[in-house]
Amino acid sequence: MRYDLTQIESWIPEGSRVLDLGCGDGAFLNRLQETRRVQGMGLELDPDNLIAATQRGIDIVQQDMDQGLSNFPEDSFEIVVLAHALQVLHRPDKVLQDMVRIGHEAIVTFPNFGHWRCRLHLGLNGRMPVSKDLPFHWYDTPNIHFCTVKDFEALCSNLNIAIMDRDIVSGPTTALFKQWLPNLFGSTAIFRIKACD
Amino acid sequence: MAHPGEVSLVTPVREVFSETLNLASGRTLAGFELITETYGHLNAQRSNAVLICHALSGNHHAAGRYDLSDPKPGWWDLHVGPGKAVDTNRFFVVSLNNIGGCDGSSGPNTLNPETQQPWGPEFPQVSVADWVMTQAMLADRLGIDSWAAVIGGSLGGMQALHWAAHYPDRVRNCVALAAAPKLTAQNIAFNEIARQAILSDPDWLAGHYQRESANPARGLSLARMVGHLTYMSADGMSDRFGRDTREGPSNAIDPGEMVFQVESYLRYQGKQFSTRFDANTYLLMTRALDRFDIAADFNDSLSEAMAATSSRMLIIAFSSDWRFSPARSRELVDALLAAGKPVSYAEIETDAGHDAFLLDEPHYTGLFSAWMQRVVI
Repeated sequence: MRYDLTQIESWIPEGSRVLDLGCGDGAFLNRLQETRRVQGMGLELDPDNLIAATQRGIDIVQQDMDQGLSNFPEDSFEIVVLAHALQVLHRPDKVLQDMVRIGHEAIVTFPNFGHWRCRLHLGLNGRMPVSKDLPFHWYDTPNIHFCTVKDFEALCSNLNIAIMDRDIVSGPTTALFKQWLPNLFGSTAIFRIKACD
Repeated sequence: MAHPGEVSLVTPVREVFSETLNLASGRTLAGFELITETYGHLNAQRSNAVLICHALSGNHHAAGRYDLSDPKPGWWDLHVGPGKAVDTNRFFVVSLNNIGGCDGSSGPNTLNPETQQPWGPEFPQVSVADWVMTQAMLADRLGIDSWAAVIGGSLGGMQALHWAAHYPDRVRNCVALAAAPKLTAQNIAFNEIARQAILSDPDWLAGHYQRESANPARGLSLARMVGHLTYMSADGMSDRFGRDTREGPSNAIDPGEMVFQVESYLRYQGKQFSTRFDANTYLLMTRALDRFDIAADFNDSLSEAMAATSSRMLIIAFSSDWRFSPARSRELVDALLAAGKPVSYAEIETDAGHDAFLLDEPHYTGLFSAWMQRVVI
């Protein structure tokens, strides 16, 4: 399982209600139902994924996050998850605000554009990074809103969102450095956030 | 014996009820009859029963054939049968003709026991609530305490929703396809045009046409043409007919002559319908449709109505359905979410319009089947 998902799982309380935004084929929610006995619901657009998630017994609603999430009532879930989808949204800020409104807590993961490889690629080549993890060109990428760990933290501060936990995924050789320089050595950022009281 | 993929040969069953029905309109019906069909086998726990609710022009014959030589199977055979979405290897499926219908259950074309004359226009107006009440009486008779699922499309979806909101203990799963919480003004207007087409036919005879051995076939046909048109989408019609013209030389002198294929198609649909359907039933069914409002008994609050449900819910809409558009299905979904209820929802991409729920669109069939496989029996 992807490391960010393992980390998310460890932050999910037993028996909680979880909304997974962009839940894909429902495999992760299905795992949470087994390991954390959560009551899961997924949001997804792709029709094949809807069928796959339904086969796993996941309640799933076909809805485009970019059209808003106002139909989900306040505090209707304990946890709202957005795993590796922040960067594809038209307005990540609005979705984040909705997430902390709908859930008591929210968990967000995203690729850190401040990672040293991205910086090196841009710095040396003068071109937008293309890598194994992010194989798209600037013009055909679904990832329209990249940000760095620092950018994300600044946005949370602006939106009055509290950061409760942060974890950084890095390569094995740079693991030692990620605690001191997360924005440089973290390839994926994982945040646990909530609305400020 | 059956055609491959179909339920075995079917025989309809008549259920006679002697109880007096108190209808939502305030009128009563001193006993009534339901014509029904069942497919599959009721298990020992009586926990695998599924109810199919039919739409405006549907009936009890949802699946299979009466005879191997029947040209076509029942109206929902694509989705009801062995290995299909409503899998008759797993489920005991019950389908009936609602009262007020014209295919064998008590309705305008059956005899009024008091007068021994056809009811005609004197058959009392019935409602979705009345239909569900009689379906519940049928469930009692069959020994079914709770349905594994209640399923319907369009007007049938409204019955499924009524079941879920009014009989939560008796519905464990609910499927509403191409449905809506109530009709819009535009929708009522289409029904009104259909009714006026019937009422203005000289053979209408104030509804007593049956007594006079007449049939307002022209009005009924026109009503169906309007209805049928609204069940299709503009793109679907363009794909199917385009501007294709009919073969043969055109006689420009006759203004009523058909020129385009689409005209021929609509006239054919209307004519077929007028030979099999009853005009009084058409008026009655469209009125029931117009008057339906799932929120009416819940302080006009859709979320209160949905809060009353306790079943697992599947709502499916179809992208090109402008008669019961996806926005109307999303109202149901949003009300369920507001009530904190579990729901699955999909908008199926198709150009088949409202009638798509009757068809086999891969993503629709796939999702419906997957969801039904998770129904616990």
